[in-house]
Amino acid sequence: MQQTLTLKLVNMRCAGCVKSIETALSAVSGVKQATVNFAQRTAMVTGDVTPQVLIKAVQRAGYDATLMTGPPEEAESNESKEQAAHARSLFQRFWVAGSAGAVLMLLDMMGWLPTLNTRSGQAIFAFIGTITLVLMVYAGGHIYRNAWKACVAHGATMDTLVALGTGAAWAFSFFVILFPQVVPGLAQHVYFEASLIILALVDLGAALEIRARGKTSEAIQRLIGLQAKTARVVRDGKDVDIPIEAVVLGDIVRVRPGEKIAVDGEVIDGGSWVDESMLTGEPMPVEKKVGALVVGSTLNKTGTFLFKAQRIGKDTALAHIINMVQQAQNSKPPIAKLVDNVSAVFVPVVLVASIITAMVWFNVGPVPKIGFMLVTAVTVLVIACPCALGLAAPISVIVGMGKAAESGVLIRDGDALQQASHLSTIVLDKTGTITEGKPAVTGIYPLGNWEEASLLQWAASVEQGAEHPLGEAIVKAAQEKLIDLQPMSEFNATVGKGVQAQINKKTVRLGNQSWLAANEIDVASLKREAQKAARQGQTLIYVAVEDELAGLITVADPIKEDAAAAVARLQALGLNVLMITGDQATTARAVAKQVGIEQVIAGVLPEGKADHVKALQAKQEVVGMVGDGINDAPALTQADVGFAIGSGTDIAMESAGVTLMRSSLHGVADAIVVSQATLRNIKQNLFGAFIYNSLGIPIAAGVLYPFIGLLLNPMIAGAAMALSSLTVVSNANRLRRFTPAKHMQRQEGAA
Amino acid sequence: MMVIVVNLVGLLFIALVLWWFLFSKSKAVMAEKETIDVVVENGVYTPSVIKAKQGQTLHLQFLRKDETPCAEIVVFEYFKISQQLPLHQVQEVVLELKESGEFEFTCQMGMYRGKLVVE
Repeated sequence: MQQTLTLKLVNMRCAGCVKSIETALSAVSGVKQATVNFAQRTAMVTGDVTPQVLIKAVQRAGYDATLMTGPPEEAESNESKEQAAHARSLFQRFWVAGSAGAVLMLLDMMGWLPTLNTRSGQAIFAFIGTITLVLMVYAGGHIYRNAWKACVAHGATMDTLVALGTGAAWAFSFFVILFPQVVPGLAQHVYFEASLIILALVDLGAALEIRARGKTSEAIQRLIGLQAKTARVVRDGKDVDIPIEAVVLGDIVRVRPGEKIAVDGEVIDGGSWVDESMLTGEPMPVEKKVGALVVGSTLNKTGTFLFKAQRIGKDTALAHIINMVQQAQNSKPPIAKLVDNVSAVFVPVVLVASIITAMVWFNVGPVPKIGFMLVTAVTVLVIACPCALGLAAPISVIVGMGKAAESGVLIRDGDALQQASHLSTIVLDKTGTITEGKPAVTGIYPLGNWEEASLLQWAASVEQGAEHPLGEAIVKAAQEKLIDLQPMSEFNATVGKGVQAQINKKTVRLGNQSWLAANEIDVASLKREAQKAARQGQTLIYVAVEDELAGLITVADPIKEDAAAAVARLQALGLNVLMITGDQATTARAVAKQVGIEQVIAGVLPEGKADHVKALQAKQEVVGMVGDGINDAPALTQADVGFAIGSGTDIAMESAGVTLMRSSLHGVADAIVVSQATLRNIKQNLFGAFIYNSLGIPIAAGVLYPFIGLLLNPMIAGAAMALSSLTVVSNANRLRRFTPAKHMQRQEGAA
Repeated sequence: MMVIVVNLVGLLFIALVLWWFLFSKSKAVMAEKETIDVVVENGVYTPSVIKAKQGQTLHLQFLRKDETPCAEIVVFEYFKISQQLPLHQVQEVVLELKESGEFEFTCQMGMYRGKLVVE
């Protein structure tokens, strides 16, 4: 019986193993196909075989495998299960150590504990101390182990501080019990409850942090969850439901209304409307006809169609997006690099501070010196929290990048995020950015003996060789009117100016006014028509045959519906918005006026756009350039942040810091607003963590004692420490509720 | 007398801390092969210092046994790499060592620290 099995591979260490495992599996008789996924450490095998035979084959190749019964993304959820189990065990340790500590504290406060002056009192305390030690190992064993290992490797971490603080408190207390006569009467105090409660609070903080962190990666979990689980593949004329991992390139997949599209491919039969909002943020469904590309994980709405699988597994658009978002989430904005230098020396510096504190209390402190020395030194160790400092930026970046991805905005890395948050100027390309990028012929004005049809025929005949959108518009208009095109030769294009070719041995030129003027062709006879069309934002294409003007064809590219609203949003953010285009000035101004842009740079050749961006930067402007990722690549690279717009699910991130998956300009505003919110969040976190540590440590050392008699209890310090990193994570989590559009409305309301 | 002893001990401890954590070096593991296993456990990378030759392609096979969330990402600042480390699974980081020098790798907070010495 033919079946598809998934194996979980063990010991697979490098990409090189993929080949050897695939070869080993393919060699098994009955196996039709075997593919190994290195990232997921899985192998998909199709054929008439038993799992046992396959596992043996893998073992012979030097690896090991087990049969997987669930879907492969279980690996991800297994990990979160492990994290959850870890959190649960930390909670348990918190309860045990915390309640023991609380009981001790209560007994002490009630005065129910014996004094150390008697043998029996010493014995009771020694017993309590031993129990405490056992509980400390239970609640903080991992902390002591980590601290020791780190120390051996010349490293000092958070654990070093906690281990030293609680360890010193316990050791001092036990010393007091054994040799009470050595310690002055006033200092004869034991700190077992402090050790226990500090450890309990550290465990609690860590457990809460794990929970809160789980939420920060919600966005990526949602993306992973988008993936379809099965696909309906047509094989041998029959529809078969197979797991998505078993789909191979070239498979024909059938999609019915309401179903998720399994992988990326091209529609070969039928048609439908597809909801791509989960990836692009674009709310309107997109029409898919034969030849259109469909994207895995998007939702089919109305029709039924067949498509041919073209990208599977890690090559699909969704896999790329997930990968990119993860990469971006792991990157750091420059602002965070300041912290790195601090945290590298943080712990050793705190250790030194703690020793200095003890020395100062010893030299100038009141009686009992040894008691004050211990309490202050321990409190300094316990209150210092490098975690809050180190967590401040990364945790906000994770949430912010995820937030951006939810609205169809992919930010490449921390640098782009930080730059996007303080842009001062936005340069918008016209075609395809402000306009739909799908121009259509709006008017044909023939001269002399020419007629509309013949003028269009000649013009389209020249343009049939062109790949420019304006040329395509003319050819399309001719096709719609069922006009046959004539053969042409010697086609020649001058970028940004015009094209020429030979038809019926005559030279035909199509281009803008300045180009025809350069060829000594006067266009004055069409001035009235030209002016009227240009005022409406249409593009003028003059047609000349044998150096004589034959007529004018006007082409208009409709402005995107929401372009004006998006430009208004950008302006409301305080940004200086400019338009740049290769079109002539009149046309460009007309378009700019309709969307509310005042500054226009017209008549710019594609390669000139980067120079204009550079010129703006020379005026100390921080420039964001919005355009398509291909034609505008040099300008996007030159800009401080390049926004590649509407590249849809085909990701061209090379030249762009930000990729907008939908074609709406609102994405630019969303990206900027999210970046600003994330940066603000990082700054709050950094500020909070800096203030916390730089106030907390001196207070713990007792600087306020000479003035107001304030000395921090080590247990309070433990609570503050646990709270501080939790606060950072919770503050970052606030970003999850941030929605760019709502934020804008609030701002407008306030204005 | 007591005062002098206690202060001297204090100063000695300070010197010890500074020397041990900031100025002394750990033993390095020489990358004879192209592949080195790095275990992330108990708050440290083992080995924490890796020596390699310039021009070599180094494959670091990270195995994270440490459950603390701090351990979940390893950052190679210089190489612009930050890699998520799944728990109990080998995750490879490939580095093209084009330049010589010392390059640190750390966790996101810079608490876990390792060093790559390219000669």
